[in-house]
Amino acid sequence: MNATTFEPVAARPAPVRTAGAAGWIRTNLFGDWKTGLMTLLAGGALLYVLPQVFGWAVLRAVWLPDYNACRVEGVGACWGVVAEKYRFIIFGRYPYEEQWRPLVATVLMLCLLAASCTRAFWRPWLVLIWVAILAAFFALMYGNVFGLSRIETDRWGGLPLTILLASLSITLAFPIAVAVALGRRSGLPAIRAFCTIYVELIRGVPLISVLFMASFMFPLFMPEGFSIDVLIRVLAGITLFAAAYLAEVIRGGLQAIPKGQLEAAATLGLSYWQTQIKIVLPQALAMVVPSIMNNFIGLFKDTSLVTIVSLYELTGALSLAINSDANWRPFKLEGYLFIAMIYFTFCFLMSRYSLWIEKQVNKGKAR
Amino acid sequence: MKFSTMRLAAAAFTGMGVLLAGPAQAGKTLDAVKARGQIVCGVSTGLAGFSQADSNGKWSGLDVDVCRALAAALFNDPEKVKYVPLSAPQRFTALQSGEVDVLPRNTTFTLTRDASLGLSATVVNYYDGQGFMVPVKTKLKSAKQLKGQTVCVQSGTTTEKNLADFSKANNLNIKPVVFDKLEAANAAYFSGRCVAYTTDASGLASIRAKEAKDPKEHLVLPDLISKEPLGPMVRRGDDEWFAIVKWVMYGMLEAEEYGVTQANVDQMKASSADPVVMRLLGGGNEDTGKLLGLDKDWMTRAIKAVGNYGESFERNVGAKSAVNLPRGLNNLWNKGGLMYAYPIR
Amino acid sequence: MSRKSPPRRKNWTWRSQALRGLVYQFFAIGAVALGVWWLAGNTMHNMQVRGIQSGFDFLARPAGFDIGESLYAFDSNHPYWQAFLVGLTNTLRVAVIGIILTTVLGVLLGVGRFSRNALVRGLCYAYVEFFRNVPVLLQLLMWYVFFTEALPAAAQAWTLGPLFLSKGGLSFPIPVWETGHLWGLYGLIAGAALAFAYRRWAFRRFEATGRPRSLFWVPLGLLFAMGALGWATGGAPAHFVVPVRGEFAIEEGGSLTPEFMAVLLGLSIYTAAFVAEVVRAGIQSVARGQGEAAAAIGLSQTQSMRLVQLPQALRVIIPPLTNQYLNLTKNSSLAVAIGYPDVVSIANTALNQTGRAVECIAIVMLVYLTTSLATSIFMNWYNVRAAIKER
Repeated sequence: MNATTFEPVAARPAPVRTAGAAGWIRTNLFGDWKTGLMTLLAGGALLYVLPQVFGWAVLRAVWLPDYNACRVEGVGACWGVVAEKYRFIIFGRYPYEEQWRPLVATVLMLCLLAASCTRAFWRPWLVLIWVAILAAFFALMYGNVFGLSRIETDRWGGLPLTILLASLSITLAFPIAVAVALGRRSGLPAIRAFCTIYVELIRGVPLISVLFMASFMFPLFMPEGFSIDVLIRVLAGITLFAAAYLAEVIRGGLQAIPKGQLEAAATLGLSYWQTQIKIVLPQALAMVVPSIMNNFIGLFKDTSLVTIVSLYELTGALSLAINSDANWRPFKLEGYLFIAMIYFTFCFLMSRYSLWIEKQVNKGKAR
Repeated sequence: MKFSTMRLAAAAFTGMGVLLAGPAQAGKTLDAVKARGQIVCGVSTGLAGFSQADSNGKWSGLDVDVCRALAAALFNDPEKVKYVPLSAPQRFTALQSGEVDVLPRNTTFTLTRDASLGLSATVVNYYDGQGFMVPVKTKLKSAKQLKGQTVCVQSGTTTEKNLADFSKANNLNIKPVVFDKLEAANAAYFSGRCVAYTTDASGLASIRAKEAKDPKEHLVLPDLISKEPLGPMVRRGDDEWFAIVKWVMYGMLEAEEYGVTQANVDQMKASSADPVVMRLLGGGNEDTGKLLGLDKDWMTRAIKAVGNYGESFERNVGAKSAVNLPRGLNNLWNKGGLMYAYPIR
Repeated sequence: MSRKSPPRRKNWTWRSQALRGLVYQFFAIGAVALGVWWLAGNTMHNMQVRGIQSGFDFLARPAGFDIGESLYAFDSNHPYWQAFLVGLTNTLRVAVIGIILTTVLGVLLGVGRFSRNALVRGLCYAYVEFFRNVPVLLQLLMWYVFFTEALPAAAQAWTLGPLFLSKGGLSFPIPVWETGHLWGLYGLIAGAALAFAYRRWAFRRFEATGRPRSLFWVPLGLLFAMGALGWATGGAPAHFVVPVRGEFAIEEGGSLTPEFMAVLLGLSIYTAAFVAEVVRAGIQSVARGQGEAAAAIGLSQTQSMRLVQLPQALRVIIPPLTNQYLNLTKNSSLAVAIGYPDVVSIANTALNQTGRAVECIAIVMLVYLTTSLATSIFMNWYNVRAAIKER
């Protein structure tokens, strides 16, 4: 028998440090040669692009409302266009001296939205606050009361209109959506069919054709001589559109309720409505709150489409402000970037809120 | 046990409709306008000299003066007008559907529009033709040099069709770039997207004067490729309203012909011995307004508000205005133009 | 004594569920019918009173307007239905190319969120957050402004070889059609057949021996090799119409208009942000153990992603991905804002020239409903294919 000598395997090298900044960089940026190469490439591209963007947007930018300075060769972004036109961009064609009214109305509305997102305010009286603030919003914007001059809706524009369209339409769409979602799961074939047709029809067509319908053709459907303000018609169009999408979200929530819940409710002798209101909807709605929030973000962005039917919300007001002024027309991109930042701020905050609420919803489920 | 709120909603909707439908169905346009206390006037989204709002939202222009004259004739207040800015694709549906009462929106009268769109052409308030505008630096001298080039145009206009005809007739293969909004078309042309811009010559003059950074950099080519009689349209099937719009416009022309101006209208009414002027202004005992469903002073008020046609023309698009258009075809018939009012009697 | 089942009969009293259900439905149908009847009645009345003509007969009449870009020759003498067809092809062109672009970009971004490289992760995150939080219409307008304001005029066009980029769009050489190209086409067809056959063979070998063979690069190589062979057999025709700098525009050659590029880029870049999120959620839904198991049997990270994680994620990805495709198609209607002649833009023009508002809007809705339905059906079919084959 051969005598075998024990030969220990050579010791492995000590593991690399993974803690600390240096460790983080090593694992996350230079883990292996592929990652390292990628870092070099991406980093190089960033180092090349970022200074140029920074130079254009900040260092070489013109901040004063002076369009001649903007036309000098080698100058960067012309933020002067924002400095010059910001009142028009944000408030549209609303009379200049009266612009404090949309400002106050918008701030009120934003406070209301913020409050609605805070847990402390999730009480039944929040509905009353909504009604009160909406009334105040309209009173401020339209005037004709408390000595405020009357401002027709065709002068409304800019950010207040965007916020009004988005928040009012989602609020109005909600009850319709709940009804339609329940209708689609109803045992009555006729009602189920109507709800399905409504949802599929609306979801199959672009918002823009719904808006065209609301703004150009709606009066043709009405009796002779009967007319509704175009703002209301567009609002109705967006509401019906949003309701169809929201109904699908809510239906998803309804479907996720285990059958046992319904059976248990039936055993207790609850009627259909009692079952829905006390058992099904609270669970289903809580489950889909994040999706509803995402829907709202989508709707907020979609309000920009009303500019195609000549309502001057944020996007439309910008085009109106800049297209009609030959001196500033070449700097439209800066104007667009400005309102893009406004939209981004709102949507980003809302998406963060949506993530937070998702966590809140899931807390209850964690065991 | 299962139940749908759809039913409730639908029933409520129908019920509401029936309720609202009741009083509204009674109205012809004039009654509706009177009940509302306001004329709803469809105008362009902003064409200097024809209809444009200033920064305070006050509208002015040749087309706007039609609305103001109507409001003055009806309500003795030229401000009782609600202006609805309409893009070209929106305008006819807005008028057809009753959203606006009258459409003075530099709109061309054509057979199709008159016969099949449910619209009636009233009186031409500007005789025009379609032209082309190009940047001076292109050194183009005629529209026939535009072979294979891009031309910006607003959609849903006669312009779009004329351009196709012109391109075909001259074998030019012009590529149209079509925008549904005037502002978008303007912006695209001035950014250099298109070699040329085409619309009515008056529109080109207005855009060149008001929208260009430097009007001298743009040239309106001499070619006119179509006839464009522009004027206000009303809905078909309402002859009373049609007559009012028509005769207010004829009244303005008649006033110019007989020398009645904004300044001297009261004096003329009191002292003129000319029976035509007396009939026009309700000076004698002949009440022309009554026949139209208005009162005796209808034209006096209209002229006091906007002046006669000539004054309105000079103020808005004439030589002294920014648009600076010659009177040309739009002069009175006895001064070499085409403007000819039917007798008011 | 046999057991009797309880009598199955419906209880038609007022308190019975069945009867009440019938009554409710009766009311619902009645209300909807009444509403529709009322709306239709109003519309008919309004149209009659105002002498508005209606009907689809206008579709056969000559359109009378030109269309700036179309895939086939359209002339102002052609009837309206052909104009609509041009609009439809323009819409589909944007939708199809957009869907391809957005899928590629979206999947790369979604997978990039799981990269081991923090820089790549960060960039993908920034991309998604920025582009999905800005309205798509605004993005289209921004792209259009970029193409028409920032790019140089045709006379100073940026050039890259035979490519020209200017306010007039992107111009590129197109080959002159010769019979030799037909040979190339035959070659491609033969290559496709060959590649298909190879794939089947390789698959069978793989099943039999367990040795993986290339299922992508070799068939692709075959396809192109055969195409090139056919082309060479046809005499290798290589004549191109090269764009040249004209007086005011780049002339000759093929070109993409700035409108088309703005719509395409805007839509693809916007939708890619959403697709990236869909892909990320799909990959996250795959159990962690799958990735670990793949690592344990020695698959590289790329292989693990491609062979283990993505195929499983696909089941979760496809339904929401379908929604994104539909969104992209529907959003292509925003092209009307920047002058691209899609079906909505054509309908707007037709509506104005003929006054047939109801008919034109109905056509637009029909087009989008059909496209949505077709996309859903296709994606459902693919979904069934991608689903786990359970035995």
